[in-house]
Amino acid sequence: MKRYLLPLAIFVALAAVLAVALHLNDREIVPSPLVGKAAPELGASRLLAPDERLTLADIRGEVALVNVWASWCVACREEHAYISALAEQGVPIYGLNYKDTRAEARQWLSEFGNPYDAIVFDKEGDIGMDWGVYGVPETFLLDADGRIRYKHIGAITRESMEEEILPRVQRLREEADA
Amino acid sequence: MRGAVLAIVLILVTGAASAAGTVYEFDTPAQRERYTEIIGQLRCLVCQGQSIAESNADLAQDMRDKVHELILEGRDRGAIIGYMTDRYGDFVLYRPPVDPRTWLLWFGPLGLLVIAVAVLAVAVRRHRAAAGSPALSAGDHERARRLLSEGLDDDDDDTQGGRP
Repeated sequence: MKRYLLPLAIFVALAAVLAVALHLNDREIVPSPLVGKAAPELGASRLLAPDERLTLADIRGEVALVNVWASWCVACREEHAYISALAEQGVPIYGLNYKDTRAEARQWLSEFGNPYDAIVFDKEGDIGMDWGVYGVPETFLLDADGRIRYKHIGAITRESMEEEILPRVQRLREEADA
Repeated sequence: MRGAVLAIVLILVTGAASAAGTVYEFDTPAQRERYTEIIGQLRCLVCQGQSIAESNADLAQDMRDKVHELILEGRDRGAIIGYMTDRYGDFVLYRPPVDPRTWLLWFGPLGLLVIAVAVLAVAVRRHRAAAGSPALSAGDHERARRLLSEGLDDDDDDTQGGRP
């Protein structure tokens, strides 16, 4: 009986490691290399004011969110309520409209409402690539110095809003005041 | 009949060509070679187990465009790989760099092999020790000699006894 214990223990250990690894989201264990670094430039034409440009300098100075969205993105519709809720709570939110058309993006905003302080129109996805965007929606949390401090991949839910985003916004604001 | 076959062949050929996506122009064959090598090494981030060379995903297309653009700008392999890892992290590489976080990945199999060989060596040695004849003392030899000669005597007795 004893001679089977060691192989059994090895098998159980291996099975446990594989079971855990199978349920890990590899996107979460491989965070964006941009977290902790200065945000890449945003500079591009604004969605609703094509003659104006929004640059990183415009949004620096306070803790803010940059939300990547598109009218063709179904999950963006789901998170829209929470983006709006965050805006209502006084968190500045800038949109990065990713690989969209102006007409459809505007239509989307008039249909669901516009919670954004300003929106950059990234038609070709060039800015998205500089920000390491690979799925929409994605949301970046920037500190007052314009550094990326956190990245949320996928739609924001009530849970992620309350447990991930808002506490971090609070902490970064305190950090900025200190 | 021949027309139908030709039509099918044409459909298949054009289908394959469109799946491959944009056809890129390069200044030199070396650039094309570098392009092909690099896109085979970069992971399509939104796909399961495909490189950007294999994937039809939008993002893979954008990344191929970017690699092509950077090659025409004259950037070398390291710069292009760096461009992608700066944005997407090491996850974008199919060949992860050797650093403390990936030691287990790189050297784990070698470690397992070393352990397996060590276990095998110990097992073989034990087996040999069990099978080999143990060293005999002078007493043992004496006993063995006596047993053998007794056996001979018994043998003699038996053969004698067996005789009519």
